[in-house]
Amino acid sequence: MTPNPEKNAQYALRSRVLHWLMATLLLSMLFIGVSMVSSLRHYHHLVALHRPLGIAILILAVIRLVNRHFSELPPFPATMSAKERLIASASERLLYGLMLALPVVGWAMLSAGGYPIVMWGSFHLPAILPTSIALYTVLRKAHSLLAFLLFAVFLGHLSAVLFHTLVIRDGLLRRMLWRTPRT
Amino acid sequence: MNSASSEVAQHSARETLSRVELLFRLACIGLVVLGTASLFAYAAGWLTPRALTPARMIDAFERANGQHTGFRRNHAKGLAVSGHFESNGRGVALSKAAVFQPGIVPVIGRFAIAGGQPFANDTATSVRSLALLFTLPDGEQWRTGMNDIPVFAVNTPRAFYEQLVASAPDPATGRPNPARMSDFLARNPASARAIQLIRARPKTSGFETSTFNSLNAFRFMNAAGEVAAVRWSVVATASKSTATVPSAGENYLFDALIAAIQHAPLTWHLIVVVAGATDPTNDATVAWPTDRQRIDVGTLTLDHAESEETSRARDINFDPLVLPDGMAASDDPLLSARSAAYSESFTRRAGERKEQSAISNAEVRK
Repeated sequence: MTPNPEKNAQYALRSRVLHWLMATLLLSMLFIGVSMVSSLRHYHHLVALHRPLGIAILILAVIRLVNRHFSELPPFPATMSAKERLIASASERLLYGLMLALPVVGWAMLSAGGYPIVMWGSFHLPAILPTSIALYTVLRKAHSLLAFLLFAVFLGHLSAVLFHTLVIRDGLLRRMLWRTPRT
Repeated sequence: MNSASSEVAQHSARETLSRVELLFRLACIGLVVLGTASLFAYAAGWLTPRALTPARMIDAFERANGQHTGFRRNHAKGLAVSGHFESNGRGVALSKAAVFQPGIVPVIGRFAIAGGQPFANDTATSVRSLALLFTLPDGEQWRTGMNDIPVFAVNTPRAFYEQLVASAPDPATGRPNPARMSDFLARNPASARAIQLIRARPKTSGFETSTFNSLNAFRFMNAAGEVAAVRWSVVATASKSTATVPSAGENYLFDALIAAIQHAPLTWHLIVVVAGATDPTNDATVAWPTDRQRIDVGTLTLDHAESEETSRARDINFDPLVLPDGMAASDDPLLSARSAAYSESFTRRAGERKEQSAISNAEVRK
């Protein structure tokens, strides 16, 4: 068979690095988040980790958004219908939105709750909202809801990639992997 | 059309999956996704309904005390105060926290009665508490919640929960069942010993003459990197109230405090107690020997009392693990549990309609 150029298509190396770094951080954060609010014993250590990790994700998300803007993307595989492409693009936008919104909402929530936003040692971030328990209540609920939404979108993303890899077998996953694609 | 034809080309280049193979692969995908979702549900505590979580701890408070919307689930009845802390610089030897540099920092605080009843009558045996928030020059905060008892009644979150359940009213009689409490004490000898010490504590006339203790141990780190295990207390400078104070009435402890603070600013010494090598830091039911090094690190002055109706203290979560650099939690398991449960209580009451506090502004002005 003739080599298919689409099968060689890969994301830029920096995009792949950002993708896997953020995938690890985001999934860790989702698990840290639900664990800490249900744990008396580990709450303190997990919260202390959750805050700086959240800010790290916010910074990386901004870098990723800029990178996304200046990167050339590999074309969609031919196996994807127009509708699937639409869903893929929409879920990508949703993921970007959530990875930016969650840390900002968390930061705003702690600000409204009157908490110091401690990163490490004496280093802390300024409040981005005035103290208001009414705002805190809304933001606290929003933080959880957005996190559950992010986890649901992640599961959808995981299912779709596994389906492409194991059932359609169009090499979709290789576009995001390290090894050089087969020809 | 173009994409459709290339799709056909791709498919013809591959063997099609047999029906069994297809089902197997789909099942694998389902297992991975379901497994990830189950791990998430487990982490969230949804699969372990008997595990003790912050929400279940606060549920226990609500069952024991009834629903009092808008109020703290514990230490529900209180009065806001404010003033300042003047450090004498001696704390620097123990901790690099900016609060111990010589100087003055503003303090907002709250006196309260332990328990989840916002309208309970003050009594001679009520446990009195003082919570403080120090605002440091660089924006760091130190929050602490202290009680006038010598030791805490329990040493684990589980024991705290069981004590709360044992002291809750029996649905049949509407009163706590003493048999359940004696059963709890029989199973928790450390609590039985601690409760003897708590009952035997010397009781002063009121809040303004009380000593309040951190009970839990903390770790202090100084600029040289040396770590010390400590507890702290604020010790009233007045052993007798200077104002003519009421000694009866449903809010008599608070009325006396208001009278005293309006008569003259009230002061306490902040005393840091350094643990000996063998003193337990993970057991709040055990008192440290009285000969331990005690360092007077400065003076707390409270000169203003205000109802929670108007004070911002109402909306402060006095989380004992909001600490500045130079202070940290010890290995006491109660600390993380307090932090978690306070947060749950704060989140619940933040979203609720506020009712008038027992200690209203009218009470303060009386």
